[in-house]
Amino acid sequence: MADEAPSTSAAASSLRRSARWRVWELAVFAAMSLAWLLLPGQSLLINQIAIVALFAVSLDLILGYAGIVSLGHAAFFGFGAYAAALFAKGTMNDPLAGLAVAVAASAVLGAATSLLILRGTDLTRLMVTLGVASILYELANKLDDITGGADGLQGVVMGPLLTPFGRFAFDLSGRVASAYSLVILALALLVARRLVHSPFGVSLQALRDNRLRASSIGLSVRLRLVAVYTIAAAFAGAAGGLLAQTSGFASLDLFDFHRSAEVLLVLVIGGTGYLYGGVIGAVVFQLLHDVISAWTPQYWNFWLGLFLVVLMIVGRERLVTPWKWFRRGP
Amino acid sequence: MNVVLETRSLVKRFDGLTVTDGVSLRLERGARHALIGPNGAGKTTLVNLLTGVLAATSGQVELDGRDITALPVHARVRRGIVRTFQINQLFGGLTPLASIALAVSAQQGRSAGWWRPLGRDTAVTTECDRLLNGFHLADVMDRPVASLAYGKLRLLEIAIALACKPRVLLLDEPAAGVPEGDRQEIFDTIAALPVDVSVLLIEHDMDLVFNFARTVTVLVDGAVFAEGDAAAIAVDPRVKAVYLGDDDAAAVATGHG
Repeated sequence: MADEAPSTSAAASSLRRSARWRVWELAVFAAMSLAWLLLPGQSLLINQIAIVALFAVSLDLILGYAGIVSLGHAAFFGFGAYAAALFAKGTMNDPLAGLAVAVAASAVLGAATSLLILRGTDLTRLMVTLGVASILYELANKLDDITGGADGLQGVVMGPLLTPFGRFAFDLSGRVASAYSLVILALALLVARRLVHSPFGVSLQALRDNRLRASSIGLSVRLRLVAVYTIAAAFAGAAGGLLAQTSGFASLDLFDFHRSAEVLLVLVIGGTGYLYGGVIGAVVFQLLHDVISAWTPQYWNFWLGLFLVVLMIVGRERLVTPWKWFRRGP
Repeated sequence: MNVVLETRSLVKRFDGLTVTDGVSLRLERGARHALIGPNGAGKTTLVNLLTGVLAATSGQVELDGRDITALPVHARVRRGIVRTFQINQLFGGLTPLASIALAVSAQQGRSAGWWRPLGRDTAVTTECDRLLNGFHLADVMDRPVASLAYGKLRLLEIAIALACKPRVLLLDEPAAGVPEGDRQEIFDTIAALPVDVSVLLIEHDMDLVFNFARTVTVLVDGAVFAEGDAAAIAVDPRVKAVYLGDDDAAAVATGHG
């Protein structure tokens, strides 16, 4: 191998470039702040979108980056919600402590159930994740002494948010709740962003593309799957915890199959594997829902279904670039 | 002792079919060892057993005298057993640079880092530059792997393996499917491998085999059929007989004339 030492490292500058902040990334964060500032009347809606976005970002970590398919991601969402609700009712009503408990509880559940998704095919994983969420649903239903059964846990009353910037009591219009959820979403995005650009994050993409080769360069595939599944579960737990804290209740519905299916849908609408797909998907999904429901409430599922089919067949890239539709070429 | 990698009576059976039949093989330090044999002789299976992709039915694999038969693939790589694949096994969604940077990071024990971005260490990027330039991949390093020409992919396949700093390198038909014009680049690369690396080369191209190898093992029906100096194997009438009727017969006859 004849090589001359380059004066400046091409590899270093290229790798540096690929991890650099893009303008559109900053725009996503700016849009989150502006939405809160400019749309005070929509705070409840913004809160809901932020929570769904966090939930979808969490799914993106396992699906978009590590290639783990799941139809039961609601298991961690629901678990986090119940953990936060139980903590608030039984121990203390501090929101940040409750959120930490939700995150920790879901992370433990994620670590434990990650062992089930290591083996087998995508079909195995779809069914195993579906099964785990189903088991938790039924447990939450049966253990009604703790969980309230079919009634769920109601009347979760949170204390004020104690931050370095002051005390903020939750208000009925959702101003504090939406700010709280947006800040947590932003922090989660920042952490996830560090994660996906790190050697660990790139190794997830490597094992997504080719597990045999990933192990053949000395990477433990199993260890990485366990780690990312646990992290994603923690994020989903945070989303669930936020929902329970800001809505004041946790119900069986949070474990339901439609939650898992919906978050997958949100992520697919926004796009997988670039981190912000969950955020964009959550906004688009909510807007679609509002527009279609206002126009023809009983046919929401029809139009959503049609949109999905068109999105998948035409492709996201082509759908958002209509000016290219009638151009020839590859 | 100068033996780096050794197998003892290695056996692999699939549903009663014996694919590897009591293979005992020794790879010496700095070896230039070729493994040849007709199609279906079990050459790739043997590489899979050496690297841990397949679990042996019986027998042992030893590295530096230590039994590694039970170790998984990634643990063997960390001990220095690295391979390339007959059919490219690459990361289609990454760039050549990211692929190599990841392998280098893994080799340097930095692949579990989750806060600092990939390639923030000079030790990693210096090595990346060296490999990218050495394998003529610098001009395509930022393109998606999936968009590269086959010859480049073949080079990347080997570059990723070398990024793992192998002590034992198993090359599974590195020139397979490479167009004539690009073959020389692969040959030169293999000829330039560090002398202290022990290389086991599986190849059908007898020019390459007899130009490269000092020792040759002939595998037939999963068992070692003949083994010896390249010069002796080249004129061994039994080996010629095995290849007779095979396309490679002529190559064996003329390859080392």
